[in-house]
Amino acid sequence: MAALPSISIAVIGSGGAGALTTGDCLLEAASAAGWHGLFTRTLGPQIRGGEAAGLLRVAVHPVESLPDQFDLLIGIDWLNAHRFGAEIKVGPQTLVISDPRGGEPPPMVTQNGCRVVEVPMKDMAKAIPEGRPNMIALGIASRLMGFTTEQVFVPIEKRLAEKGAAAVEASLAGIKAGFDAAADIEFDKQLAKPVLSSARRWLLSGNEAAALGALRGGIRFAAAYPITPATEILEWLAPNLAKIGGTLLQAEDELAAINMIIGSSYGGTPALTATSGPGLSLMIEALGLATSAEIPVVVVDVMRGGPSTGIPTKSEQGDLNIAIFGLHGDAPHLVLAPQSVGDCLFTTQWATYLAETLQTPAIVLSDQFMGQSRAALERPADVAFIGARAIATEISGVYKRHALTANGVSPMAIPGTRGGQYTADGLTHSERGTPTSGADDHLAQLDKRRDKLDRFNFGDHWASIEGAGDLAIITWGSLTGAAREAAGRAGTDGIDARVVAPRLLAPARPEQMAAALEGVKRVLVVEQTHGGQFHKYLRAHYDLPAPVRVFHRPGPLPITAGEIHRAIVEWR
Amino acid sequence: MNIAVTPPAYTPADYKSDVKPIWCPGCGDYHVLMSFTRAFAQLGLTPEEVVVVSGIGCSSRIPAYTNCYGFHGVHGRSLALAAGLKVTRPDLTVVVASGDGDGYSIGGNHFLHACRRNVDMTYVVMDNHIYGMTKGQPSPTTEPEFDTALTPGGTKVQPFHPLVVALASGANFIARCYSGDANETADVLAAAIKHPGFSFVEILSPCVTFRPDEKAWKDLVRPAPIAATDDQGKAARRLMTDDGFNVGILYRGNRLPFQPAAGAIDIDLSVLEKDFEL
Amino acid sequence: MSKPEGNPSVASLNDLLAVAYRIEIDAVERYNMLADQMETHNNPDLVKVFRDLARAEGIHGEEIRRLAGDFDVVAHARKIARFERGDSPEEADLTSAHYMMTPWHALQLSLSGEQRALGYFTSIVETAKDPKVKTMAAELVEEETEHVKLVHRLLKRYPEPSANWAEDLDPPSSQE
Repeated sequence: MAALPSISIAVIGSGGAGALTTGDCLLEAASAAGWHGLFTRTLGPQIRGGEAAGLLRVAVHPVESLPDQFDLLIGIDWLNAHRFGAEIKVGPQTLVISDPRGGEPPPMVTQNGCRVVEVPMKDMAKAIPEGRPNMIALGIASRLMGFTTEQVFVPIEKRLAEKGAAAVEASLAGIKAGFDAAADIEFDKQLAKPVLSSARRWLLSGNEAAALGALRGGIRFAAAYPITPATEILEWLAPNLAKIGGTLLQAEDELAAINMIIGSSYGGTPALTATSGPGLSLMIEALGLATSAEIPVVVVDVMRGGPSTGIPTKSEQGDLNIAIFGLHGDAPHLVLAPQSVGDCLFTTQWATYLAETLQTPAIVLSDQFMGQSRAALERPADVAFIGARAIATEISGVYKRHALTANGVSPMAIPGTRGGQYTADGLTHSERGTPTSGADDHLAQLDKRRDKLDRFNFGDHWASIEGAGDLAIITWGSLTGAAREAAGRAGTDGIDARVVAPRLLAPARPEQMAAALEGVKRVLVVEQTHGGQFHKYLRAHYDLPAPVRVFHRPGPLPITAGEIHRAIVEWR
Repeated sequence: MNIAVTPPAYTPADYKSDVKPIWCPGCGDYHVLMSFTRAFAQLGLTPEEVVVVSGIGCSSRIPAYTNCYGFHGVHGRSLALAAGLKVTRPDLTVVVASGDGDGYSIGGNHFLHACRRNVDMTYVVMDNHIYGMTKGQPSPTTEPEFDTALTPGGTKVQPFHPLVVALASGANFIARCYSGDANETADVLAAAIKHPGFSFVEILSPCVTFRPDEKAWKDLVRPAPIAATDDQGKAARRLMTDDGFNVGILYRGNRLPFQPAAGAIDIDLSVLEKDFEL
Repeated sequence: MSKPEGNPSVASLNDLLAVAYRIEIDAVERYNMLADQMETHNNPDLVKVFRDLARAEGIHGEEIRRLAGDFDVVAHARKIARFERGDSPEEADLTSAHYMMTPWHALQLSLSGEQRALGYFTSIVETAKDPKVKTMAAELVEEETEHVKLVHRLLKRYPEPSANWAEDLDPPSSQE
């Protein structure tokens, strides 16, 4: 039996079957045992009772992408499961557990050469008082993946504790039954032993990570208007901001939310909101105001399928254009993008620090995949990026809010400071902050706002650069993990590829990019858009060595390491 | 609302900046500026602890003409900006200045929710029944038959009744003033600032350039015939039958002002991380 | 009808002096405000007229200080928050300003202010109980009568403007 670095499982069920709970418990069990993991959900359009699939990948190394193909697929039932056909990749290597009373297996199972083993999960559950088929499934999965029943008992007990002893007993019995039934099922894959370390283990989603990162960076006020798939950021912040003396205010719409955080920031309290594409569109005007008036704010955009209402529950990278270019006039500001669930924490924290330091808005482009996936990972280390705004304190003479300084950042007077009275304005203004239509002032302030960003030393965090080689895969956001995996496989094929993934998308870093691409002779751009937004952005700001190939595809399907690897190989 | 324990003696002049207003001579807003400065002086407010927040329009130019902190934001969103400011800085006195366009049209939604939310601040709308800054289009309070270039023959649309909307939405203090009575207006503003919660003051402020007919307002306004009430039913009846020219404090409510959830302070962030630990 | 005449309580001579002083400095403030407005709106003739009027009112104020002798009329005037209903009798009505106004208009504005002050002090003469107050009020009536005469004389220098004095062939400009 080969010890594999990673194993993946998909659990499908509908109508309250609890398929997602099964997958989530496996993630927790895996994490407790010392493995890393990534768990994603995919759902039908219903609000309740719809078809659902939990997709889990467990590995000895950090997991940042889904597999090319699933090793194990458990169908608690197959109702409407064909909807997941394109998304859940299976093949002859996949073991499918199917309930003969669960409906017809979908084409993805019957037409891809999968090995199907039938297990009567419904009947087995019926035999247990209060038994549920998803617990049977959990037992089966635990056995096949190499967990003990005890390991999966723990998350179940946690979840069902408040439902009473009977519910817990029934679940444990179900798990045992499934576990025993799986003894006879042949499955030749085994996870390699986890690499144990003393680091604390966490389970969290990208949205939760972003929220915690914001607090670590100094955010103490949030304005909230809910939108899929960002709402969890705000819901996590609501009680947790209060615990540390901060405040969350529910807004009547995104127009209010963005203006509220500008008001908070103007008063000296670092502030954030979270939204998705349609909400970001509404916030654009006020982001221009914050840029012009030099007021720091952080907006996390958890990107979803677009344009317009789009596909709210799926991931895509199509908000790049509006984030970078969406403001009217020339209004350079910060745009950052995390690269994994864990990186959502660092990038949001760093964005807060940068916004406060440079007195400008920062848009953090997360996406539905990272935002709503849960990862098992090591506790992210504390880093020193905590917002430190330049504040004007001892003010004498006429206070110049937008004074031209060497680094372009002007100390800000916080209301309550004597002598610092000024009126913040979106109108073009002089150094003093009073409106002007004069050419000199306009140019001076435009130069200042551009230069304060361009001249800043962002250091190495601007991008993650891995590997060497004359083929560069340039990608960003949630595709970074898959790109790295593909580069690794290409290496074993004898192709040396490096992965360059900018975390800082705006301002552009021409010198640093040139250094990152030193020695590169071919570039493969990988992105999840229809229009090739990232490629066009790269061409607008950077010199790319030729030839350049672009692998771009819109959502909703994730781009897998296998697809990127194939693109590399085909370009020998 | 903020009153210093032992207020130093400030005169109205202490609240004026040296920036020269661009308002047309004859504009009612000059009187409103006087009322602002007189009200602040009456209350003994420390200039640097007052923030005047505005949107876009002639009335919204007022922050820079005061010696307080100010925010001249985007069109229609001043109430949201002020909410974010006041909730995080309860120590400040926050006055929001708007006009009938900025406040009732594009700002209409935020108006409703600001009344609902009842954060402690004062909302002053300089109503001149017209969009002045953009040269004379009808506003939500313009008479239906008022002819403009954009709406030849008039809008034929019923004007909005902001005081009724404010009452229905939860405003805790409702008043109307006439800018020409600068002292009375100053008194009302002071009372509005002192009153807890969301105080709404509409100031009829004639536009000399696009509504010269509003010179007649001087003779149309009258003190409201009955005293301020805290009875919502009484206030509703009075406001629904009001012809738009009764001045004075019309409603004084008893709602508690908005308080964000109080939490312990100085908690280590690591306490929050327990959410994620296995 | 926006406001009936009203006045702060003038029980003593010092009160009267404070009120009279207050009337003058309010007028100074108003005329300077109008001068500023005329400056911003490119009407230099009117800047001069209003500054002159402000200066004149300032001189009147100084006269009242002299009359007051040792009494700190300035501090006392500051305590009079304002007049009971409406503004100070002599204050110029800001809403009758116009960016193209002529000196004639400014003087009309000043005239109505002086006349209101005259009427105000006259009513004090009629109603005051304290003989000192009556006497001082009578003096102030004389002062104001002089001022009214002066304004009339100045008005003779300026013709009544023609019907199209406010004609501006350029359209208004939208700044936002």
